[in-house]
Amino acid sequence: MTRPVYERPILIRHQSGMMNKFSRVQAMRPLTHIDGVSVDELVATYGSPLFAFSEKTLVSKFRELRDAFTQRYPRVRIAWSYKTNYLDGICRVFHREGAYAEVVSEFELDKALHLGVPAEQVHFNGPYKPESALEKALPGGTTIHIDHFDELALAEEVAARHGIRPEVAIRLNLSAEAVPAWSRFGFNLESGQALDAVKRLVGGDRLELKGLHCHIGTFILDEGPYREAAAKISRFANELRERFDITLSFVDLGGGFASPNTLKGQYLPGDQVAPSFSRYAEGIVEGLSELDYSPQEMPTLVLETGRALVDEAGYLIASVHANKRLADGRRAVVLDAGVNSLFTSFWYNHEIVPAQEFRGVPEPTVIYGPLCMNIDVVRDTMLFPQLKVGERVVFRNVGAYNVTQWMQFITYRPSVVLIGPDGRHGLLRRPEQLQSIISHEEMPEWL
Amino acid sequence: MDATAKLKDLAVSDTGFVFDPYSGSTFSANEAGMKILEGLKQGLSRAEIVFALEEHFEVRGDDLARDLDEFVLLLRRNQLVPADFSLS
Repeated sequence: MTRPVYERPILIRHQSGMMNKFSRVQAMRPLTHIDGVSVDELVATYGSPLFAFSEKTLVSKFRELRDAFTQRYPRVRIAWSYKTNYLDGICRVFHREGAYAEVVSEFELDKALHLGVPAEQVHFNGPYKPESALEKALPGGTTIHIDHFDELALAEEVAARHGIRPEVAIRLNLSAEAVPAWSRFGFNLESGQALDAVKRLVGGDRLELKGLHCHIGTFILDEGPYREAAAKISRFANELRERFDITLSFVDLGGGFASPNTLKGQYLPGDQVAPSFSRYAEGIVEGLSELDYSPQEMPTLVLETGRALVDEAGYLIASVHANKRLADGRRAVVLDAGVNSLFTSFWYNHEIVPAQEFRGVPEPTVIYGPLCMNIDVVRDTMLFPQLKVGERVVFRNVGAYNVTQWMQFITYRPSVVLIGPDGRHGLLRRPEQLQSIISHEEMPEWL
Repeated sequence: MDATAKLKDLAVSDTGFVFDPYSGSTFSANEAGMKILEGLKQGLSRAEIVFALEEHFEVRGDDLARDLDEFVLLLRRNQLVPADFSLS
């Protein structure tokens, strides 16, 4: 007679009030392949841990966003948000689909230009555009979104020095429904500061106002605030036309669309509450209907979507290094990837699934990374099946902000690979080694 | 009350449903957990329970003694054995 395969003994206390109809335990399925490529093959080729991106998903999300808006509005431009993920390969996939670049620093501007993006296809945001950055951006034709009066004056100086009249936008901050204004960026609309900025710009007669920009916030789970923001911008645009005879060529609603991740403290799973691109589009286009422009004059709608385009394309593959039992009875798993690589584990309860078939009853489990730091918890208690040392897990929806905000801390940062639509895969970024780190260090001569 | 007296009164169903009549608490145990509870109820030693697991299951490089110790920790945590209970 065949003996049953041994699984580690477990004893789980039943607790009332802990179950709900949204439980996902039954739905947990192993993720053995990504776009047809086995996780085992990826780890055998590139080691563990590693980030893997699906080109197919990048492209399909881009087209889904583009189609959702172009079905409702005639002129739409997507400017890829570099800070979300500025690996060259990822940016190139989006630029091939027709995306402009949205950058927020001189470094990101350099990166976009280095990648071959035409300067005039870059939108330059952010509160810190030093003279060197403006010297690069304005003569090249990059559109800057002016953040404050000091920048406006500096831009005029640079324009005068070069004898040019650059096309610029001003950034607005405003409150929309329950979302408070991000008042640190741009000029406040409701207080009249934005109007003052336009008067100052028109009076200076060195810059050409062609756009209005507004980013109401991040991970906005409702299209309502976008509708109100778009309506407020539209009314402001109407006022500018009436008072200053300014016809805008674009309005930019920024980013902030949510991805399927679940924020910490959020009751419902993210994939059940994140609005579709179509819902965001409905809201924005409805708000823009207040524009008093003829159909031929309608400004281009610019979107700076980042997270919602790239999150679902990214996976982090990690391996179980150890299992242990904590004093409070919970199981703990130590992985080879921690918060140093997965920065977003500070924000989200990430979805994690085994990368191989599993058996047995899931039990409350804490998932730790490899760092000798108490903060290195990549997922606080979740019901998770037993895994053996050496087995693998996959974190889903990690494409945004990780390979830009990750930290070289205690250990090296891992490989990043791209899986092509035909099953080919290749490196986007080599794993760090000792030389990657120490090549930037110097030793003072007296040591 | 001897250290395993409470354990002997635990009701364990064939499917791993465990009922503690002293507290009214209920638990789920998997097959290995049930096998250990069975051994503890019989008063088996640590080595005897490990042997019973090896006999009953197909074991592939698992550390049964460590798993048993962790399971006893869970029993202590859930007050199914006294806080100072340990296997001989």
